[in-house]
Amino acid sequence: MEKIVSLKNVCKTFPVGKSLLGKPTKFVHAVNNVSFDVYEGETFSIVGESGCGKSTTGRIINHLLAPESGEVWFTGKEISHISQDEMRPLRKDMQMIFQDPAGSLNPRMRVSELIEEPLLIHTEMNAEERGKVVAELLGIVGLSAKHAQRYPHEFSGGQKQRIGIARALTVNPKLVIADEPISALDVSIQAQVLNLLHRLQEQYKLTYVFISHDLSVVEMISDRIAVMYLGFVVETAPKEKLYAMPAHPYTQALLSAVPIPDPDRKHDRIILEGDIPSTINLPAGCPFAARCKMCKQVCLEQRPATKEVETGHFVACHQV
Amino acid sequence: MGRYIARRLLETIPLLLVISIFVFMFIHLLPGDPARQMAGLEAPPEEVQAIREEYNLDKPLLEQYFIYMKGLLTGDMGRSLKVKIPVSELIASRFPFTLQLVFAGLLWGPVLGILIGVISAIKRGTWVDMLGMLIAICGLSAPGFVLGLVGIQVFSVKLGWFPTGGLDGIKSLFLPSIVMGTGIMATLARYSRSSMLEVLREDYVRTARAKGQKESIVMFRHAFKNSLIQVVTILGLQIGGLLSGSVITENIFSIPGMGRLLTDSISYRDYPAIQGLLMIFALEYVLINLIVDVLYGVINPKIRFD
Repeated sequence: MEKIVSLKNVCKTFPVGKSLLGKPTKFVHAVNNVSFDVYEGETFSIVGESGCGKSTTGRIINHLLAPESGEVWFTGKEISHISQDEMRPLRKDMQMIFQDPAGSLNPRMRVSELIEEPLLIHTEMNAEERGKVVAELLGIVGLSAKHAQRYPHEFSGGQKQRIGIARALTVNPKLVIADEPISALDVSIQAQVLNLLHRLQEQYKLTYVFISHDLSVVEMISDRIAVMYLGFVVETAPKEKLYAMPAHPYTQALLSAVPIPDPDRKHDRIILEGDIPSTINLPAGCPFAARCKMCKQVCLEQRPATKEVETGHFVACHQV
Repeated sequence: MGRYIARRLLETIPLLLVISIFVFMFIHLLPGDPARQMAGLEAPPEEVQAIREEYNLDKPLLEQYFIYMKGLLTGDMGRSLKVKIPVSELIASRFPFTLQLVFAGLLWGPVLGILIGVISAIKRGTWVDMLGMLIAICGLSAPGFVLGLVGIQVFSVKLGWFPTGGLDGIKSLFLPSIVMGTGIMATLARYSRSSMLEVLREDYVRTARAKGQKESIVMFRHAFKNSLIQVVTILGLQIGGLLSGSVITENIFSIPGMGRLLTDSISYRDYPAIQGLLMIFALEYVLINLIVDVLYGVINPKIRFD
């Protein structure tokens, strides 16, 4: 299969604190040395807890943020340091769905205007053709054409996210980056939106980069999964392998925390102790060392390299 | 919308009624006797008494109020004690001057203020932002009378570019327009900057960028238009302030507008004129607020009038 996105050793820091002269004194290391490939037609999920750098990674792929170092390839083009003007035509192939469906829709624009905006930017369609596309897309995401003239505040959360999805699909993108697209929704609505995303993927041969903290959601939708911790990718594997045999101690702890809806089943949770280390002063060794039960001397001193333990199963841990 | 405006206009009637009571009572609390003022300091007491009776000033306050309100309902605002012509005519003759001043201030103040605010927000933290906010702070801290007097000293007395006072043609409007517009410019610069900064953090601005929209369109269509909602509120209050600001400006530049008329009438204890002027100011304030509220509906689709 073709690679559609490829990240190579991507790093991103954000300055915090300023000296008197306005020079930043400290840096948050949000994304560290991240590498992975996303193949056409698959759903690639990035999971991890809050602040682990998964959203930042998504925004780097989308070029809303530029990395300090490393390469970002999209459909055979290196985009990490191109200008926004050079990026603009590529955005036709890469659209984003955001976490907060209410916040990401401009409250002063009608639904039709919001959905057709990408068409105005990327195509030469006239008003009538755009109207047709809008009506069709509203139908596809389970709304109706009569909703086009309304404003975002007249819709419920789930409906707003459908509008967000319709908007992302207007220009027939190859890749959709969904940044926590359902975490702001009720559980019953979550299932509907997930089903919608799944149906659209089959219909339009979409590739998803799905960013989530919810492991049960990720299990349902993904083909492959990358687990992030403190800005590092600690494990990447096909879904079945990751859930059946998690190799990294952090992944094991994460998976043990997923609630199982069966009261009789015995549940051995791995309770992590300690706090996540600061992303300002990264630990010298393994990022997970401070909380890891299997921690040895080498873990504290050396960053673990990423090893391929099985075909397609990558782990960054000294102990495997 | 039409129904909403009609309802709001009806609501102003009781409001103006309450204002009229307050204004009437407070004016009569002012020390001083208009009858004595009209008759002259040396006039015999009988003459003063005669004037008092002629203008109903000897009647109980409540009765005076009802006489006044009866006249007001038929469009009669009374007769000025000082110049002896109907107050409505007096105000009408002064109104165009004040209107010119207000427009002269509104012509540039809000436009420049919003421009400075929006550019400062977009260029946040740079020298452009600092310069913009420096201008705003200076504008806010300089009271109108200081600006006016310094302006007259520099541009009229020393340089001789503009007349020192009066209102006769564009040239004479320049300095008063600076005094009228500076405060509104400075206030709007600060408000539109903070409002714009708030909107720039919104998710939909990021969404617009992710769509691939041009930065200029992101700024204008997605950010600026949304930031206006807060700015309009402030603008309404500021225009109300301009009306009272005209009192100072007209006195500095000897312009015979409503503000000048008000100070003159107060020192003469010209009750009907003061009363009439204050009612007109109140009415203008109420109408401007109504316009602002209607504007909300135009720029913010979340507000519906039914």
